[in-house]
Amino acid sequence: MALERWFRRKRATRGDDDNSPAGLWLKCDDCGTQIYRKDLTANLYLCPECSHHYRMPADERIKLLADEGSFVQLSGGIQAQDPLEFVDTEPYSERLKRSQEKQDRPDAIITGTATMGGEPVVLAVMDYFFAGGSMGSVVGEEVARAAEVAASQNRSLVSVTASGGARMQEGALSLMQMAKTVVALEELSKKRLPFISVITDPTTGGVTASFATLGDIIVAEPKALICFAGPRVIQQTIKQELPEGFQRSEFLLEKGMLDAVISRHQLKERLTQYVRLLRNKEPSYAIAI
Amino acid sequence: MLLPFEKPIDDLQAKINDMRKYAEQQGIDITGEISVLEKRLDKLKEETFKSLTRWQRVQVARAPGRPTALDYIQHMMPQFCELHGDRTLGDDPAIISGIGRFAGQTVVIVAQQKGRDTKENIQRNFGMAHPSGYRKAMRMFDLANKFSFPVITLIDTPGAYPGISAEEQGQAWVIAESIQRMSNLRVPAISVIIGEGGSGGALAIGVANRVLILENAIYSVISPESCAAILWRDSSEASKAAEALKLTAKDLHHLEIVDQVIAEPPGGAHRDPKAAMAKLVEVLEHELQTLSTLSADELLQQRQVRFRKLGRFEAAQQVKKLKEQDFIPEGVAIPSESGESYKSQPTD
Repeated sequence: MALERWFRRKRATRGDDDNSPAGLWLKCDDCGTQIYRKDLTANLYLCPECSHHYRMPADERIKLLADEGSFVQLSGGIQAQDPLEFVDTEPYSERLKRSQEKQDRPDAIITGTATMGGEPVVLAVMDYFFAGGSMGSVVGEEVARAAEVAASQNRSLVSVTASGGARMQEGALSLMQMAKTVVALEELSKKRLPFISVITDPTTGGVTASFATLGDIIVAEPKALICFAGPRVIQQTIKQELPEGFQRSEFLLEKGMLDAVISRHQLKERLTQYVRLLRNKEPSYAIAI
Repeated sequence: MLLPFEKPIDDLQAKINDMRKYAEQQGIDITGEISVLEKRLDKLKEETFKSLTRWQRVQVARAPGRPTALDYIQHMMPQFCELHGDRTLGDDPAIISGIGRFAGQTVVIVAQQKGRDTKENIQRNFGMAHPSGYRKAMRMFDLANKFSFPVITLIDTPGAYPGISAEEQGQAWVIAESIQRMSNLRVPAISVIIGEGGSGGALAIGVANRVLILENAIYSVISPESCAAILWRDSSEASKAAEALKLTAKDLHHLEIVDQVIAEPPGGAHRDPKAAMAKLVEVLEHELQTLSTLSADELLQQRQVRFRKLGRFEAAQQVKKLKEQDFIPEGVAIPSESGESYKSQPTD
């Protein structure tokens, strides 16, 4: 489970961490070019040289997808409890508080209503920088509410996932969020409203194995890690090298698990077209396939 | 195999057996003495099992000799008719499915099967299903819906198999789909965690109207070993992780994740499999009876509401919203391309 990254030292090259000690410059993970940090953030968190997709903060993602001024936040009214009084090397309540202060939100998701290319939607965007985007009771509840609001207001649901999976510190309650989110999607099905799932790097474990893979259309960003069991777990189990590109978007597209791999530049346009077509409307622009 | 904390129980049991044998050989009557020791044995079992640590409970849940799904199924329905294959990828031996008669009606069974010995364990992949297994389960859910038969699932798995082919075939996709398919059943569904309820691989066949758990079974979001490897960076800290995860039957009942804890015979199901099986039959009959009064719509709704409600959270102390420029004032109409207008919603 990629959740462990939450507890490991931060990678200095992560493009989106404004607290990173790496300073103004960073070296692209993919092509090795020196990138001026501001050029990265001004370029949708894409390497200006090779378009390597860096992880994008949730609020930036909302700015990318929502029409200007249209976003009205739904999430934020609830926060996690510590029902297990979970303590590992430090209490969950303290980890949580730190993440809340650092990310300035109660948990690992932002949801809200918006228009996207003029289409009414509910956006549910996970925040990997909050506890590895892990799904506990709050994330599960916010996703479920997002689906229910979409259903009740005749909006399409667009989720953008980035998650290490279920949150261990809430034990089996986190596991149950998988079922909760899936059940909430039924409201959309009943009303025949589109659910588009956008999977970004990384999406693993209990989030991949629940709502994220139940979209009417499932797309991913280039080279995103998408899996049930993380590469390290598999490697430990089978004691073999994993194939090149294993569990990455392009690999999964080839295996028939995704509808498309879409670069961030085209994302809003393509999602808008999907929504329009599923709602039986003419696409607003010509679609390049 | 004997678990370390079971040694005093086993020693006393051996002593009683020896005394019986001796009495028989010598033709003497020491039934009084034996019955004193037997009472002491019962008490010892009760006390040992009452105060097990969570980690010890994990070991009991996994203990060899503990009845497996097939043992329960054979006891429940001697003429169980196993149905094989997922019609797409193959037949996964880690998941057993089929139909049989139980409590006077045909029921559909889906169960995870661990091996009863090393050879069977390898054949069954230690109860870790591939996508094919979950596809088979979904086929059975459809069958149950078509014929309006109740579904009983028995859960006993370390987790869904983490391997290359499983990932290539969309392990996450089939688990999600199986959760969805089971949550949409229009028939009574009962799940029983009989041993190990390992994460999403268990939940995939655990979205039932009634979720029951045996007294010494566990249900967890992650195995204590993996949790320890991540949080303590040392899988040998599994006992600490087991404590933290609150994964025992009692914990889960307290968290309202399971509806009922089914008592095991003194000393655990592995010490008296027949009694454990009889108890499960009794409970399942009762539960089926209760659910049979609900209509298809009511069953569907009860199950979905049950899972929709799960989770613990509270009102946020400070409601943080995105920056002001991203907002529009409440109640302002946004014209959309289609000419319809949508009022922005007041937050919360």
